[in-house]
Amino acid sequence: MADTPARGLPAHLVDFVQALRRHHVDVGPGETVDAAAVMAELDLLRREQLREGLAAALLRRSGQRQTFDALFDLWFPLGQGAALGEVALPYAEDGSVDVDALRDLLAQLLADGDTAALTELARAVVDGLGAISVGNGNGSGAGGSGTGKDGAAGTPSGFSSYQALNSVRPETLLARVLADLRSRGEGGEAESPFAEEVARRQTRARIAEFRRMVQSETARRGSEIRGREAAARTGVRRQAEQTDFLSAGADTLADLRRRVAPLGRHLATRLAARRRRAHRGAIDMRRTLRRSMSTGGVPVNLVHRRPRPGRPELVLLCDVSGSVAGFSHFTMMLVQALREQFSRIRIFCFVDGCVEVTDLFTPGADLGDVLTEVHSRPGLVAWSGHSDYGRAFDRFAERWPDAVTDRTSLLVLGDARTNHQDPALGVLSGVVARARHAHWLNPEPEKQWGTGDSAAREYGRIMPMHECRTAAQLAGVVGGLLPV
Amino acid sequence: MDTDSSGRTTLFDSVDDVVTRLADVGYLASTAVATTVFLADRLGKPLLVEGPAGVGKTELARAVAEATSAGLVRLQCYEGIDEARALYEWNHAKQLLRIQASQGEEWDATRDDVFSEEFLLTRPLLTAIRRTEPTVLLVDETDKADVEVEGLLLEVLGDFQVTVPELGTITASQRPFTLLTSNATRELSEALKRRCLFLHLDFPDAELERRIVASRVPQLPEALAEQLVRIIGVLRGLDLRKAPSVSETIDWARTLVALGLDTLDDDAVRASLGVVLKHRSDMVKASSELRLN
Ligand SMILES: Nc1ncnc2c1ncn2[C@@H]1O[C@H](COP(=O)(O)OP(=O)(O)OP(=O)(O)O)[C@@H](O)[C@H]1O
Ligand SMILES: [Mg+2]
Repeated sequence: MADTPARGLPAHLVDFVQALRRHHVDVGPGETVDAAAVMAELDLLRREQLREGLAAALLRRSGQRQTFDALFDLWFPLGQGAALGEVALPYAEDGSVDVDALRDLLAQLLADGDTAALTELARAVVDGLGAISVGNGNGSGAGGSGTGKDGAAGTPSGFSSYQALNSVRPETLLARVLADLRSRGEGGEAESPFAEEVARRQTRARIAEFRRMVQSETARRGSEIRGREAAARTGVRRQAEQTDFLSAGADTLADLRRRVAPLGRHLATRLAARRRRAHRGAIDMRRTLRRSMSTGGVPVNLVHRRPRPGRPELVLLCDVSGSVAGFSHFTMMLVQALREQFSRIRIFCFVDGCVEVTDLFTPGADLGDVLTEVHSRPGLVAWSGHSDYGRAFDRFAERWPDAVTDRTSLLVLGDARTNHQDPALGVLSGVVARARHAHWLNPEPEKQWGTGDSAAREYGRIMPMHECRTAAQLAGVVGGLLPV
Repeated sequence: MDTDSSGRTTLFDSVDDVVTRLADVGYLASTAVATTVFLADRLGKPLLVEGPAGVGKTELARAVAEATSAGLVRLQCYEGIDEARALYEWNHAKQLLRIQASQGEEWDATRDDVFSEEFLLTRPLLTAIRRTEPTVLLVDETDKADVEVEGLLLEVLGDFQVTVPELGTITASQRPFTLLTSNATRELSEALKRRCLFLHLDFPDAELERRIVASRVPQLPEALAEQLVRIIGVLRGLDLRKAPSVSETIDWARTLVALGLDTLDDDAVRASLGVVLKHRSDMVKASSELRLN
């Protein structure tokens, strides 16, 4: 690799592994040894093979891949300096970048969907338009063989994807690309709203892809100046499973969803497996026969498989108020997964009132719709529309006194922020006393529990409360909760 | 077939060799697939392939077997599968008959006889270990099995050696190329994952998917295939309950051919979208978001 330091490949690999660990990808020594073996087997000049090979040795979950790719790009960069390809920026007479011609070119490549050319253009754009405050010193030290059209310009002190994208403004090309596609008349479909919509979404996705290309190229160029450690600290997004439920931005939301869905199913299949296995009280033929050897082969003692415990029931109490909006979507996904496996589950949602919503979770229901439905249920908001745990628990205990029995596991999901109202600890204690197990999942960091209007400490004395801010923590809690 | 530096036989010369030979048997491998298959063989490690349904996990094992002229041994996992189904089992009914027929014989002799090869039912894991011919072992849908089965896999995949108390220890004469698949309905144990190389197999990019369609459904005109792959790509971006997979793309292509359609206009899409989207709620969502009504 072009950027391998003199200390050699093994040290470089260890460096890379440490960067992964700093980004919460836990790589063990065994994996590191595998990765070294991978490097010995592959042609290191085939960069994409190296990327896939290292990923196969170092990763154990799909959610880690984005972090891995971003760091791989920094530790095993494509090359140094501008590393320009065949696609070049158009220049005007006066030597400045001809932005209009550039936008024409970009529009054309977007319409073609030519990924390779778009990648090269992204590189050229960062080189030609992303450099900031052209300095005079030889600041980089790492650079060396930049192949850009240096000449007049000195060494840039940094690169900005914002600046690069701001002059090209790829989003504003959408209409143009669509018109172009329409005029190419891809099979007369151009007229229908459906064809339009397909083209629009595809083009949007390509534009987003181009932005990402520019961003990762900016990170690569920046790392040559600031060092890769610094670039990794600021430029590499957090993994979905480490992202806070409460603050997830739109781009990590989709990721998170992908991560939570299997977790819900995981919980469900484990619960289901326990339940079904419990039904299997059949004779164990093999152990019966082994045992019969002592009686001369006559099967005297029948060996039975495990006896069956009682049937578990689940009651969920979910805060869906504004303060946990980010969290409740994931709550819904978990609930849905459980709902599909269990007939004996009841789901209640609350703000300052409390409603049963078990019926809304029909198989295949769209969770966005469900959440909308939940919020339009009369009774959810009884008063102000701000959470009032006390009132909600009161209402629950009074209206559904039989919901929780000694076979019930009770799961409460919420931030325990009561808006300084009476937390109704007595009521909750009563419910918990009846339940077989009770657990509370709180999406707030533990150090904020009990601050301000949080009654988390008080509630935590009544039932175990678990910090559950990220999918990773949720996985831990789910593991610890079992058996229900 | 070739041998590596330690004299172990290897199946492929290079990553490119994997690509070529899998393509020869109809499997179009991405760089990720080809690289990991190559490495799994070279490093002698099982390959754990995780990904959504219908992206070609099972098919990959079949293709590797065919490309290397190896026999495919498949262990299909399901909930409740146990050692008796995965490894081996004694044929109890036959043993009982034998015991009854041996009235008057010495018990020791009968016992030795009853626990011999004749009464052993080998299941896929043991079958794979005992085979002397080149073998691809596919442990399919590992995530469906209970956690205890992972312990068994861990033991077997560790040194490809099994102890049958009554018969002794059986060791593989050559390690089978082993592929485990998972739909990620639950996380497999860390211990099992650490034993394996990991491949997350996702939906292919548009270019690869077009090539897959062209190779599986060559009757479909190229322009139509391109359009179809484009629509599939957009559908995958919709956050559906079940995003269409490669198998749905292929089914859709076949359906268009069967219906004799040569353009994919709105009516054609409406008429055939049921092949692609399996849930009613997905149909409703796609139709409204993509303005198909
Ligand atoms: N790269 C590919 N080249 C050729 N055919 C492919 C490829 N990927 C998938 N297919 C085709 O897609 C279909 C689905 O593949 P397969 O049954 O192997 O999926 P799977 O991942 O095992 O799904 P499941 O999780 O449901 O078992 C098959 O018909 C297969 O031939
Ligand atoms: Mg399969």
